[in-house]
Amino acid sequence: MARAKIKKKDTFIDMTAMSDVTVLLLTFFMLTSTFVKKEPVMVSTPASVSEIKIPETDILQILVDPDGKIFMSLDKQQDMRAVLEAVGNDYGIAFTPTEIHKFSLAPTFGVAIGKMKQFLALPSDKQDEILKNEGIPCDSVDNQFKVWVRHAREANRDLRIAIKADQTTPYSVIKQVMSSLQDLRENRYNLITNLKEIED
Amino acid sequence: MAEVQQGANEKRGKSKQKKMNVRVDFTPMVDMNMLLITFFMLCTTMSKPQTMEISMPAKEDLTDDQKSKVKASEAITLLLAGDDRIFYYEGQPNYEDYTSLKQSSYNADGLRAMLLKRNAAAVNEVRRLKQDKIDLKISEEEYKEKLSDIKGGKNTPTVIIKATDDASYKNLIDALDEMQICNIGKYVITDITEGDEFLIKNFDAKGTLVSDAAAQQ
Repeated sequence: MARAKIKKKDTFIDMTAMSDVTVLLLTFFMLTSTFVKKEPVMVSTPASVSEIKIPETDILQILVDPDGKIFMSLDKQQDMRAVLEAVGNDYGIAFTPTEIHKFSLAPTFGVAIGKMKQFLALPSDKQDEILKNEGIPCDSVDNQFKVWVRHAREANRDLRIAIKADQTTPYSVIKQVMSSLQDLRENRYNLITNLKEIED
Repeated sequence: MAEVQQGANEKRGKSKQKKMNVRVDFTPMVDMNMLLITFFMLCTTMSKPQTMEISMPAKEDLTDDQKSKVKASEAITLLLAGDDRIFYYEGQPNYEDYTSLKQSSYNADGLRAMLLKRNAAAVNEVRRLKQDKIDLKISEEEYKEKLSDIKGGKNTPTVIIKATDDASYKNLIDALDEMQICNIGKYVITDITEGDEFLIKNFDAKGTLVSDAAAQQ
């Protein structure tokens, strides 16, 4: 007796095309991506109609959070090293090569120079936790912010200063930052904003 | 014909070896790629942040002489107060009359309308210039040169931005934004004076501060 043979269906799907697509997408993302820098505080910048793009290199970013804490970041590791040494010199603190190396790897810094040694000794996850509550002092009594900016400028002549502040930051804080920069004759700087359309 | 057929038959007979299956299963590869894509998608910032370039006057250069150089008729002083309020006065402030200080808003019909009206000549010129650029009558460099000429030209208002400590950073950016929208080339951010703070307080009190002061004397 002839049994009706059920033809075994082939479930094999050809994934070659799919693979092609994914590789293409992957290449696209790899080439266009610029990684998000880890920032100690979340900052939402105000919107403006200005369409000037910020350059990618030689940037000294000053991050100001709503409470007025100030953080800074430099994009080149060699600048970071030079700045830490110079600022340490000013305050009579000598940093060991390992400390300097650790500092140069950090994406953002913002600790009072007196606490810097202690801070650098911590493991990096602890550092992130603590950094949120720190910030570079920038008041008339102890304006370390000014010292940092001055040495950053010395380390790299072509540096552009960019201020990234939260939209709810009170003006008094911004004024403090701006007048500190003015004292250093840093009269041209960028304010980082979001893009917004002009509504007519 | 026959020959060919024979040849074909021969071939069929010969290839007894098992045909190798050359199909490769790409599924794991796709899986891995998807994972990598997800990773890159989450870690990238697509839009680069915009910036606004400003240049502040150097502190030492601003002597009292230069400060008063701005003609009173061309000066508009913006006072940014807390709670998103904005006031302005034209020329010299009149401390006696609280209505000389006008309240405005950050909306399109507030500050912008006022500034566009004051700067109408320049705005129209810029508009014409932009049209020329779109029609490819002038080059990019020419456009930039002419634009800065118009912005720095005579009879354009000079805006002095003074923010109180209660104002937020957003207010400042909004005010600077209006300068750009209204094509105002001459503007400056300076510290607020006591007189200006008094003006705002007097405005809030509907002028009673002045009459009180007069009564005391």
